[in-house]
Amino acid sequence: MLRSPLHDKHLELGARIVPFAGWEMPIQYAGIVAEHHSVRNEVGVFDISHMGELEIAGKEAESFLNRLLTNDVSALSDNEGQYTLMLNDEGGVIDDLILYRLDHDRYFLVVNASKIEEDVAWISSQLVPDISLTDHSEVYGGIAVQGPEAIALWESLEPELPLPERNGISESADGTILCRTGYTGEDGFELFDSVDRIDDWFARIIEAGATPCGLGARDTLRLEKGYPLNGSDLDETHTPHEAGLGFFVKLEKVAGFIGSEALAAQKEKGLPSRLVALRLSGKAPPLRQGYEVSDPSSGAILGTLCSGSLSPTLGVGIGMAYLPVSFAAVGNHFSILIRGREFPAEIVKKPFV
Amino acid sequence: MNVPENLHYAESHEWVNPENFEAAPIGISDHAQAELSDVVYLELPEVGKVIAKGDSIAVIESVKAANDIYSPVSGEIVEVNEALVEAPEPINADPYVTGWMVKIKLSDTSEIEGLLDSAAYQKILS
Repeated sequence: MLRSPLHDKHLELGARIVPFAGWEMPIQYAGIVAEHHSVRNEVGVFDISHMGELEIAGKEAESFLNRLLTNDVSALSDNEGQYTLMLNDEGGVIDDLILYRLDHDRYFLVVNASKIEEDVAWISSQLVPDISLTDHSEVYGGIAVQGPEAIALWESLEPELPLPERNGISESADGTILCRTGYTGEDGFELFDSVDRIDDWFARIIEAGATPCGLGARDTLRLEKGYPLNGSDLDETHTPHEAGLGFFVKLEKVAGFIGSEALAAQKEKGLPSRLVALRLSGKAPPLRQGYEVSDPSSGAILGTLCSGSLSPTLGVGIGMAYLPVSFAAVGNHFSILIRGREFPAEIVKKPFV
Repeated sequence: MNVPENLHYAESHEWVNPENFEAAPIGISDHAQAELSDVVYLELPEVGKVIAKGDSIAVIESVKAANDIYSPVSGEIVEVNEALVEAPEPINADPYVTGWMVKIKLSDTSEIEGLLDSAAYQKILS
């Protein structure tokens, strides 16, 4: 089990530690609900040291990445980032990630903790001469500072180190990386720095007023926004179009990309399923991964939840499931089976909040 | 951790108040509520249900997980705390008083003797 460079800090703060993607990580400090609200209303800070940081460099890096990833890399200027996906040949999702262009021949990728090894193996198998891949995951720790007060907090803490524009990246002279991105749906930024410096940033940001938040709140915050979690909502058996991520897939890229032929064929034939957002009506338990979704008239099981929780903002159970396309329209009603009882649910538009 | 002396405890962290064998309140300990963290949903049994010691009498859900609550004694459910179904916060805020979940009519009062007293329960927490 790997330990974050912030592990001792988490213990001092009274965190409850759980295993996640091979790491011991804090699931909560004071409580998931309070942490969730602090990010929606003020500012919270998360340890994201478990996430992977890769660098791809080389003169032809742009065309290499355009072949490797679904989004249009040529749309990026220096210091800009984009959400993108890495697919297998069948169009299934290996990983979703954020790609930042540091320079025309140097790109920074932030990938899921659970996929670092797989990503590195896949990218290595695709490498061409003069393109290099470096895995910085063990070098960097990371924190995400999120919430409506995140920017003001940073500006008072480090007025000399301006944050990048939305989705952008900046690198300070001594190597601190700032990204104006996140996984909560709130404004904020992510900071990556060497493992021996990250605890100082974490302490200073808490000192400046951010609430320490664990993976529990990270999950409820992202789910309220309908953001998929790889391994739960994304996998190699579903395409980005099924996951509702078509916006980040540029089939029109002239040279194509890995998986593009399969995606084009699937679009032609019609999608088999869609990832829908389900919301329970009225007083009901939280939703959980694995709960079955059925057609209330026939009783047929149509799918199972790949994510589920209670929305702290709405106070109702919310979840996501892949359902057959013919059932996947907003406003359709279903039953969700919880401990032998059926609870009514409806497909709603993403985001939930 | 608050462990009142007038209650008896199960190793699975439920308490029962033995003052009234006809309607003994049952809940979860301060330690248990802290472990569960914010309770967001509670499912209670029907009044009149007959249960054996160790049966599940309630399901408590936090944001992260669902947990069964087991009865420390056998008997019949004579009352449930409906107010908690609407607003479960007292389970966390006041687990020994307003956070009671069910009241049970004991069918075998000797079961109380088999439970932990406050000192013994504190020992298993330490």
